[in-house]
Amino acid sequence: MADSKSLLNVSNIETAYYGRLTVLRGVSLEVRQGHIVTLLGSNGAGKSTLLKTIMGMIPDQPEKGAVEFAGQRLNGRDPEDIARLGIGYVLEGRGIFPELTVEENLRLGAYTRQSGTDIAGDLARTHALFPILQERRMQFAGTLSGGEQQMLAIARALLMRPRLLMLDEPSLGLAPRLVAEIFRVIAEINRDGTSILLVEQNARMALGVAHYGYVLESGRLVLEGPAKELVENPNVQELYLGVRGELSVKGYKRYKIKRRWA
Amino acid sequence: MALLGQYLVGGLATGSLYALVALGIVLLYRSSRVLNFAHGDLATFATFVAFTLLTTFRLPFTMATAGSLAVAAVAGAAFYLLILRPTRDATLLGIIVITLGLALVVNGAVVQIWGTETKVFPFPLSDTKVYHLGGVVISQVSIGSFLAGLVLMGLLYLLVQRTRIGLAMRAVSQNLVAAQALGIPAKKIFALTWGLATALGACAGILLAPVTFLDPFMMVDPFLKGFAAAVLGGIDSMPGAVLGGLVLGVAESLFGGYVSVKFKTTMAFLIIIGVLIVRPEGMLGREYKRRV
Ligand SMILES: Nc1ncnc2c1ncn2[C@@H]1O[C@H](COP(=O)(O)OP(=O)(O)OP(=O)(O)O)[C@@H](O)[C@H]1O
Ligand SMILES: [Mg+2]
Repeated sequence: MADSKSLLNVSNIETAYYGRLTVLRGVSLEVRQGHIVTLLGSNGAGKSTLLKTIMGMIPDQPEKGAVEFAGQRLNGRDPEDIARLGIGYVLEGRGIFPELTVEENLRLGAYTRQSGTDIAGDLARTHALFPILQERRMQFAGTLSGGEQQMLAIARALLMRPRLLMLDEPSLGLAPRLVAEIFRVIAEINRDGTSILLVEQNARMALGVAHYGYVLESGRLVLEGPAKELVENPNVQELYLGVRGELSVKGYKRYKIKRRWA
Repeated sequence: MALLGQYLVGGLATGSLYALVALGIVLLYRSSRVLNFAHGDLATFATFVAFTLLTTFRLPFTMATAGSLAVAAVAGAAFYLLILRPTRDATLLGIIVITLGLALVVNGAVVQIWGTETKVFPFPLSDTKVYHLGGVVISQVSIGSFLAGLVLMGLLYLLVQRTRIGLAMRAVSQNLVAAQALGIPAKKIFALTWGLATALGACAGILLAPVTFLDPFMMVDPFLKGFAAAVLGGIDSMPGAVLGGLVLGVAESLFGGYVSVKFKTTMAFLIIIGVLIVRPEGMLGREYKRRV
């Protein structure tokens, strides 16, 4: 773990919507160069809010704490400037441009790159990774299936050649076979050198590819550790991997487990 | 038959100018959902700038036009950057009030600087010199402004549909957050769109000046017609704005010719109401369906 350099450093941030609805209460997280880090947590825990805070997409937030990427402070910068520093962000629910063609969507991924860089080569590689996108090249992105839109969103972010790729629930609403496919692609992207921050509900798959993981509950981190250790953790098994505990009075047990996080 | 041709040609010439005004309104609405009620007054201001460059500074027409468009573009971009961007969290209604306020301010400035008396705009084409085309009489000004309108629409089409910056404009208008996540400089794109739309309004003003003469309220009627054309075509559709402008121009001209000149504007609005009953989203608009 200590061998690679730190790429993204979130320290002790607090984020509130409209300046009063506090969602994140002192979250610290690190992504090291070359790693896949996964962020788990139930609905409404604040996972998407954390990614939006990093991207500078919530006005005047974070209220407290600092976000640093590759040694630069991100607080207070515009989202487009943060993206240009080398962060690719695939939004929850995809965020494609519905009335542009698949090809135009992809070209926009490379919008900030110098024309000299090998965009055509990257496009070819993208098509090799997602052959369906080549087939659908001239189709409006809004007419793609959900899974295809997800692939398009990931492919588009990759064309930015980001140093860090942040994915917000890439497996959302996909058939099991496609989920496996998406995770295969995530591992492959990472092998090519891109660091990844992966928000997921599918904890089993996420911990399968990740090096390190965090668990967020109600805006606080309650657990962190190497992915291999998290998989073994009885709380994670019970709450996120669906492994049944020995006790059968589930409600009672859940309650106790929640208390034992801290 | 010749009379019909005459009305059609006249309608198309006026309609192309309505279309030009409508395009500026639609461009802004599509990109930022702002209805710019200052569009007409900004155009009037730019037309007066052209007038001063022509008469006081005695610049040739092309240079005066270029100067006027540059002033318009800077004014539009500045309005966005200095006023609309800081207030971007305001409600749509709040933003409409802001643009209405700007309309009053700009109009006041025009009255203050140039006065209220009507002036003659030295346009290089004449409206007494006429051509006969198969029984239809067309003035040089009409042909000139119709062609200029077509060229401008063509250029706008190429810019939006065929260039990198146009692609970014479309992306920002369809999904702002996703565009920002890709590093597309939304602020610059918005400023550019405002500059472009305002310059387009200035073109309409300069093309209208030889017909309406120059006074601080010259754009009130064309702005309302352009706005109506935009709604008629579908407020989020650029081809719709062109179609809406032409339909409105022709309808007005036909009604004015065959029935009554006095009520031609009333008639035009009746047509709009009729179309909107049948197609609430306008002729080529999609907004309605999308919002459902
Ligand atoms: N734009 C917003 N305005 C106000 N509150 C918000 C907004 N977005 C999210 N919230 C609130 O913040 C909390 C955390 O939301 P967030 O979207 O970060 O959860 P999440 O962990 O991503 O959940 P999920 O797994 O369901 O996507 C929720 O209680 C939500 O209601
Ligand atoms: Mg979420």
